[in-house]
Amino acid sequence: MALPLAFTWTEFAQQVTSGLAAGSIYASLALALVLIYQTTNVVNFAQGEMATFTTYVAWTMMHHGLSYWPAFALTLLIAFGGGVTVERVLIRPVEHRPEIVIVILTIGLFIAINGLVGWIFGPEVKAFDSPFPNTSIVVGGVSTSVQDIGTFGVCLGTVVVLWLFFRLTTLGLAMRAVAFNPDASRLMGVRVGWMLALGWGFAAVLGAIAGMMAAPTVFLDPDMMLVILIYAFAAAVLGGIDSPVGAVVGGLLIGVVLNVLGAYVNFVGQELRLPTALAVLLLVLVIRPSGLFGRVVVRRV
Amino acid sequence: MTTLLELSEVEARYGPIKALHGVSLTVADGEIVALLGANGAGKTTTLRAVSGTVRHTGEIAFEGKQIARGKPDAVARAGIAHVPEGRGLFTQLSVWENLRMGAYVRGERRTLRAEAPRVFKYFPWLERRRDQQAGTLSGGEQQMLALARALVGRPRLLMLDEPSLGLAPTVVQEIFRIVTELNEEDGLTVLVVEQNANVALDAAARAYVLEVGRVAIEGRSAELRRHEGVRKSYLGY
Repeated sequence: MALPLAFTWTEFAQQVTSGLAAGSIYASLALALVLIYQTTNVVNFAQGEMATFTTYVAWTMMHHGLSYWPAFALTLLIAFGGGVTVERVLIRPVEHRPEIVIVILTIGLFIAINGLVGWIFGPEVKAFDSPFPNTSIVVGGVSTSVQDIGTFGVCLGTVVVLWLFFRLTTLGLAMRAVAFNPDASRLMGVRVGWMLALGWGFAAVLGAIAGMMAAPTVFLDPDMMLVILIYAFAAAVLGGIDSPVGAVVGGLLIGVVLNVLGAYVNFVGQELRLPTALAVLLLVLVIRPSGLFGRVVVRRV
Repeated sequence: MTTLLELSEVEARYGPIKALHGVSLTVADGEIVALLGANGAGKTTTLRAVSGTVRHTGEIAFEGKQIARGKPDAVARAGIAHVPEGRGLFTQLSVWENLRMGAYVRGERRTLRAEAPRVFKYFPWLERRRDQQAGTLSGGEQQMLALARALVGRPRLLMLDEPSLGLAPTVVQEIFRIVTELNEEDGLTVLVVEQNANVALDAAARAYVLEVGRVAIEGRSAELRRHEGVRKSYLGY
């Protein structure tokens, strides 16, 4: 077992900053889950695997000589198209069925993509390039890797762009309206089905970003997003599964808490991070099921 | 006057239960028409058949063309605004965002620029409270916002489902005053469903009375006021 470090504030700040970087990845994936939950009313269990697949797509392009950022941009486009296609082809036919049907479908999709990735790309672990130099910046004694800063910047930058899109554009407003009241949206002339598909497209883009930002550190393998998806679940539930702000705050909190606990609490260590995340998930569900930012929904049955 | 909306022998059902047994009616361009009747007579279903929120058989023609069946978004884009039972506001969105959604049907930005000032003329308080969350408005204010949102899209036909429901008499009068004014000044065509027959007949030129999914009585409002059955059953004198 790793010995806990002696406590210093600089060391603590260092743990927090690297926790924020990991947390921004969880936040992206958690936001993807929330986007789909808000429109389709289910948790998309395949979100992590969709991200894994797109990360492999990025790897393939780079493997064939494309440089990082063009491959990154192309991957986002492909992810968007893939997300839209999944909604149109797989989810749409069961749209009006009970939610459990859709949940089972996403679990099936999870298994299918996982198998497909192993079959196409092989089970062995691959290295994935990072676009950021392997150096550190020291500010006030706290050393932060450029990799962490870059990851945080890309993930949070995407979140901000998405937020502006939902606030300022007509399409973004229509997508929010559909999430709140699909029937009323139809009466306003909104093509609700396409808004749902767009939601899946954006969720897939967020997932792809999370995958590509995580891959340089966790390495590329068919199960790479499994644990990250569970952290993202914990983040989404902690923030409130229907709250985009909650997902982002929840993701950052989970990242920081896991990192700090891992470094300072004797029995947590690296190995027990996952059970700790599950404990957070369980605790939130028991104490405050609506999460930090969620709405309490009372269903009359 | 040219016919804007024409229903002939329209039937509609909810699962096994038939709600409309062949409703035929017309609304002319520039007219206010009231749809009266008891609870469950099929008034709401008639509006829903037009807006496509319930499937129908029979013919519904709007501006001479058959209306898209079961496609509310297409009907809205054709120029029919339906303010449904319960108003259908986006309660978590702001007043202004609700109005933006009303303009969506014709292309949000351009429409809003042109139409918002016109709508604010009728509802000046909306402009002052544009950032308020719609769900926090009072019932009467919500009804007016729903009306304003429909008007921002400059519909060819406005369908109102029981705008008076649960509102104070002064608020009801205010709403009907605005609808009448819009009709007189802008030539807005309105099909309004009402339980409150008195106020509806004041505003409407003509009315249809539905009974168990069929048109039982129709005529000019003044005639219906003198009709004994209408007086006893719906006007209360």
